[in-house]
Amino acid sequence: MLHYVGKRLLQLIPVLLGMTFIVFLIIRAIPGDPAQVILGQQASAEAIKALRTTLGLDEPWYIQYFEYLKGLVTGDLGESLRTRTPVMDEIWPYLAATIELSVFAILIAVIIGVNAGIISAWFQNSWFDYAAMVIALIGVSMPIFWLGLMNQWIFSIELGILPTTGRENVRDPVDTVTNFYLLDTIITGQFHQIPTVLKHLVLPGTALATIPMAIIARMTRSSMLEVMRSDYVRTARAKGMKMTWVVYKHALKNAIIPVLTVIGLQMGLLLGGAILTETIFAWPGIGRYIYEAIGFRDYPVIQSGILVVAFIFVMINLVVDLLYSFIDPRIKYD
Amino acid sequence: MRKNKILSLAFLMLLLVSTALYGCNSDNASDDNGDAKEENGDSGEPKTLIFGRGGDSVSLDPITVTDGESYKVTKNIFDTLVNFGEQDTEIHPGLAKEWTPAEDGLTYNFVLEEGVKFHDGTDFNAEAVVANFERWAGGDADQFPYYGSMFGGFGDEEGHVIESVTAVGDFEVEFKLKRPQAPFLKNIAMSSFGIASPTAFEEMGDKFGDSPVGTGPFKFVEWKRNDTITIEKFEDYWVDGEPKLDTVVFRSLPDNSARLNALLSGEIDLADGITPADSATVEGDDNLQLFERPSMNVGYLGLTTTREPFDDPKVRQAMNYAIDKQAIVDAFFEGRGDVAKNPIPPAISGYNDDIEAYPYDPEKAKELLAEAGLEDGFEMELYAMPVPRPYMPDGEKVAEAIQKNLADIGVTAEIVSYEWATYLEKAANGEADAFLLGWTGDNGDADNFIYVLLDQDNIGSNNYTYYENQELHDILIEAQTEVDEDVRNELYAKAQEIIHEDAPWVPLAHSTPLLAGGKNVVNFKAHPTGSDKLASVDLE
Amino acid sequence: MANIAETKQVKEEKVAGPWKEAWRGFRKSKVAVVGMGIVIFFILLAIFGPLFTPQGINDQNLSDRLMPPSSQYWMGTDDFGRDIFSRVVYGARISLVIGFLAVVGSAVAGSILGILAGYYGRWVDTIISRIFDIMLAFPSILLAIAVVSVLGPSLRNALIAIAIINIPNFGRLIRSKVLSIKEDEYIMAAKAIGMKDKRILFSHILPNSMAPVVVQGTLAIATAIIEAAALGFLGLGARAPAPEWGKMLADSSAYLTNAPWTMIFPGVAIMLTVLGFNLMGDGLRDALDPKMKS
Repeated sequence: MLHYVGKRLLQLIPVLLGMTFIVFLIIRAIPGDPAQVILGQQASAEAIKALRTTLGLDEPWYIQYFEYLKGLVTGDLGESLRTRTPVMDEIWPYLAATIELSVFAILIAVIIGVNAGIISAWFQNSWFDYAAMVIALIGVSMPIFWLGLMNQWIFSIELGILPTTGRENVRDPVDTVTNFYLLDTIITGQFHQIPTVLKHLVLPGTALATIPMAIIARMTRSSMLEVMRSDYVRTARAKGMKMTWVVYKHALKNAIIPVLTVIGLQMGLLLGGAILTETIFAWPGIGRYIYEAIGFRDYPVIQSGILVVAFIFVMINLVVDLLYSFIDPRIKYD
Repeated sequence: MRKNKILSLAFLMLLLVSTALYGCNSDNASDDNGDAKEENGDSGEPKTLIFGRGGDSVSLDPITVTDGESYKVTKNIFDTLVNFGEQDTEIHPGLAKEWTPAEDGLTYNFVLEEGVKFHDGTDFNAEAVVANFERWAGGDADQFPYYGSMFGGFGDEEGHVIESVTAVGDFEVEFKLKRPQAPFLKNIAMSSFGIASPTAFEEMGDKFGDSPVGTGPFKFVEWKRNDTITIEKFEDYWVDGEPKLDTVVFRSLPDNSARLNALLSGEIDLADGITPADSATVEGDDNLQLFERPSMNVGYLGLTTTREPFDDPKVRQAMNYAIDKQAIVDAFFEGRGDVAKNPIPPAISGYNDDIEAYPYDPEKAKELLAEAGLEDGFEMELYAMPVPRPYMPDGEKVAEAIQKNLADIGVTAEIVSYEWATYLEKAANGEADAFLLGWTGDNGDADNFIYVLLDQDNIGSNNYTYYENQELHDILIEAQTEVDEDVRNELYAKAQEIIHEDAPWVPLAHSTPLLAGGKNVVNFKAHPTGSDKLASVDLE
Repeated sequence: MANIAETKQVKEEKVAGPWKEAWRGFRKSKVAVVGMGIVIFFILLAIFGPLFTPQGINDQNLSDRLMPPSSQYWMGTDDFGRDIFSRVVYGARISLVIGFLAVVGSAVAGSILGILAGYYGRWVDTIISRIFDIMLAFPSILLAIAVVSVLGPSLRNALIAIAIINIPNFGRLIRSKVLSIKEDEYIMAAKAIGMKDKRILFSHILPNSMAPVVVQGTLAIATAIIEAAALGFLGLGARAPAPEWGKMLADSSAYLTNAPWTMIFPGVAIMLTVLGFNLMGDGLRDALDPKMKS
């Protein structure tokens, strides 16, 4: 097992290294001078030239790349060209915001998706099954940025029951410790903040959860159907075990593997794919951080931002793989 | 039986979830909206104003930045020696209560306010002013970009206008200039030149921009990047009775519709960058009011004079006749703006109102094209701005309307767009046939429009059309050092005639940028420069 | 020899038989047929719709701005006074073409790379697989944004970006298929009798790997349409005045509260088209490759 983890981690290195290289090349191929962007339309030509020199943008690209790698080895993610702050210092709040949103979304997706899937499988061909599966099908086909806007319109503007944007009530801000606001409210005992923070999570969370929820529901349903047709569930039923018990204990345990894969995959997608959701809901997350950095040609932020997201994505997949063997000891690694 | 049990269980769950959600919702109303209103209504409670805007600040050290989103905040943390008027760019006393310029325009003597304190408790005095100017003059174009462009350079550089800044008393400062600079007072009124606490910037160095210390009405509290910047009332502010608010929170909401939605739901009190399209929504809402920012900008269609067929003034004039500017202003500025005929807005001293605008006349345009040998029209690329700017709320839509106008005179325009950075670069390189662009004045001076945008010195920089005219150049250089206002205005009047005739632009509009706020926001006066002092703003 | 004859027979069955059988299977699934119906509807709309639309897609009529749906304007008008119905209909053409071309592009590129990796193995496989790993580790929409930023925003470049980000999905699929087929007896046999690599690839391996590609392709069109709309929404795709659905949404987002029809119809159009392809893809998967239930 340890051996396997070690091997996987080793394999990671060339992938991440290759990524830095590709990102580095791509962003430097983007036309547009960061110095011009940073200083804006009103800046003079001398100011732009001076800034280019300070930022080291006059160096040949391979030297810049080498410098960047050298920094990475020592744990330095570079310094934002725009704010002149180390990326390491500024990235955490963004990352935390996105992780909180993604975890919330995946929780909604799993709780609703798995349960809907089980009930659908249980009452196969019932009205609930049909309704759930139709909704799931529509869910997978949903352009989530559109869904987000529609939800915002209906629930915030027309009905006025949920906040439109942001993470907190700005008039009564959350004191941050970890930057996971929900956690922070508990740590610092700001219990009255919990419902507020939750409410801010609802709209972006459900928008983000829609697709994984639909996929998980369908996946759970089909694997549940398979498992329920299997002999041992039939035997269990025949032995008169309580139905709910059978379903949740035996069947779910077998159905969980493919569902887990989906969760792992979707969690990764959520991390990076939240750009649109974060824009619509003004969520100060990593997707928007990187997206805006592209606009500002803030090379170190783009490079390191993507690197961090990719790293987390790969790690999640590793953890999911390891969970397989934990859940189902029959799966072995070589 | 069992089936039913599970079904009812599922039902129960659903009910539970929905009640829980409903519970949340009803809380919310009191939480995000109700509370706020109660707070504001009761004078004993702290007053918090949430200002929603399009982006985050870059740094809060005003001298190091060039972006409007930074100045919006620093304007309230720092004071300048002299101030602009409430809604114009006339010069009023600031930290300097009076000043006397010498006859030759080479010396300025400022008498400072006494008893002013920085937020860190240190005293504001002549030494502090000197320290600030020394810090700036000792920098370079990379550190302090606006200092260089407004005062011609740094330190011993040839172009540097300021020869010396000396404290001639505890509260008296003398500026010596190498040559007269007509807009000198307007320059030092710019937000960039806010006076900072010397103790603080010496101590913090590069980090000063993260925790700024000035003498302004509000002091810095907290910055959550890309989210909020919080400033709070400075109890020892030197102006009596100000500020009225206890806390101001600047919140970044980059998406226009998200910002409007936040305003409609009461999550923010004031929203910047309201699109003309949204003005109807705001006006239709009894709880909201609309604020107009007096126009100090120009939006135009630039015609690159080095590219065929725009190297021919006839073709450029034809474009001026072909475009129905009034219709564009009516539809995409919703009438919130004036059709432009000059490169400077009417509010600016030196505006030439005798110029007769090119009327919308497609027939005349066709004639001119025929004279230029282009009776069959031609094909061109039309650059459309990818981002909304205060001078043009929606570049792409304006481009679509222009495309239609041009089609009517037989010109086929293909709309192209690039990301903002690339867009500016390509335009600066002269790669565009015709491009939409605009300018917001920095200090309300004509030089800051005409010289910056149309003089041959600025080709490759802000003169995107590559327009060159020696006569114009001579006039503009003369105007820079002319201290007599009337003579100077004469020069600019002439300059505008030349530009009108040569037609390197199709001036489109002087837009009125819009803001919206709750009905309870009082005394908010939007400033034409785009950064607003909130000292006298109150919530009722 | 008898052995080879047998394999040949098996192979023929595999090529001709399965498709017919698949069609039978496909027809049985109601959902799949509905999906195909939706897809065919949108294809017909894309081809013939623009010929019958009540208004030109670019007919500006500034006096009729933001009119609600009526008998004259079935889906209302946008802020230029253009007929939204006509634009939505024309938008089908754009979305389908983008979806289809992007997927064909990535399927072809992905198949070539996948086959090379799977068939030749060793270092070729290592390099190609690592490249796929790298690409898959990127958040795909970010990669697309970066590519569009390099090439400049336009419909064509959005198409290229979408094609690129989907390459590894096809590549991996084909690679694993090739790996499993390679071990099949008949391929071993063909190799044993000295058949050329090229011939083996084109006459045996490729046709046998097609089923999953068709399934994946159908589903990928659905994703590609959403991705194109997302890029359009971010202003990185179609250029004005093209009536691309995502762009229409972006252009109208300011009018959501006072003219919701400008937002509702293009969104529903995206959703329905994508739904059609998803349903059809599911049906195809069940019919063509029952084992593939991911």
